[in-house]
Amino acid sequence: MRRYLPFIIVIFVALLAVGGGAYFYRIKRSANATPKISKTETEKSGESVHVLGPADAAVTLEEFGDFQCPPCGKLSEPINQLQKQYNLRVIYREFPLPNHAHAQEAAFAAEAAAQQGRFWQMHDLLYREQAVWSNSTDARALFNAYAGMLQLDLDRFRKDMDSSEVQRQVDLDQHRGAAIGVKNTPTIFLNNEALQPNQINPTELPGVIEAAMKKAKPSS
Amino acid sequence: MSGPRIQTIFYSAAALIALLGLAEATYLTVMFLSGEIAVCGGSPDCYQVLGSSYAKLGPVPVSGLGALAYFSAFTFATFAGFGYARARKFFTWTVIAMFCMTLWLLFVQAFRLHAFCRYCLFSAALIFLLTGLVVARPAAETEKN
Repeated sequence: MRRYLPFIIVIFVALLAVGGGAYFYRIKRSANATPKISKTETEKSGESVHVLGPADAAVTLEEFGDFQCPPCGKLSEPINQLQKQYNLRVIYREFPLPNHAHAQEAAFAAEAAAQQGRFWQMHDLLYREQAVWSNSTDARALFNAYAGMLQLDLDRFRKDMDSSEVQRQVDLDQHRGAAIGVKNTPTIFLNNEALQPNQINPTELPGVIEAAMKKAKPSS
Repeated sequence: MSGPRIQTIFYSAAALIALLGLAEATYLTVMFLSGEIAVCGGSPDCYQVLGSSYAKLGPVPVSGLGALAYFSAFTFATFAGFGYARARKFFTWTVIAMFCMTLWLLFVQAFRLHAFCRYCLFSAALIFLLTGLVVARPAAETEKN
């Protein structure tokens, strides 16, 4: 038996490493298995809008968000799930708050990713890694690394982050928000009706959307 | 303590260290393959190192090669611990190769990337320990004679 013991140990460890690695890989893949088609529409004003879901959706959810705002981060994944569940049209607008040190830079990063058709991927990554870059002294380096992870053209990404076009896009979203009374984040409009602050959380939001769906399609 | 017993303890320690390294390298490889980069608290250093061009050789992540090297070290240490004489030589050469690679990677982090990744430093520490064991081994084996 002792003669075979090293073989048994080595084979056991090999199986454990390969099996454990494969299991961990499956978990990671299923957690990130939402390759989104990033869609950016251009409105008449020349403003770009980041949209998920069909144009003729029964319910349109428009969010004014700040990538550094923790409640926005908590809502990000539930909104993704609700978008799929109800086939919502989701519109994301930048509304970086001045009291968040890296929020504006994060908004620029998302808009720079949008220039390469990866807005929603960067949006998800920024929210997923919010706790990391929010506390970083060099958030910019992290944003560059995220761009690398999303396989963006890094030189173009860096240039776009500082470009007037990207900054103008964020300004336009902020002006639009301010014009319709947005003061805090997240602020959400369902079919152009503002939700109450107590409705904007992962517990209440599904019920609110369900009700909006019923209202929009009373027969179904 | 008898010579074979010392050897068993010595190679068991080496196998355990290699096992730790294997776990870490496997973790980093999975993170790489799933398109994620391991996080080092709020520091961007891990991203700078693990997301750099030095973190892969062609399409192969360096952490994957590390996992293979640690597994080889573990295998040779296990067999050496069970008295397979040839495995000792293979173990020594594997650790020497890993040590050289570690020196190169430390150089890259210090002078080219100007950033240190904690995972890489942990792995370097493990390899220095393995190297230390290899260097100390002749003394242990001499003790037997």
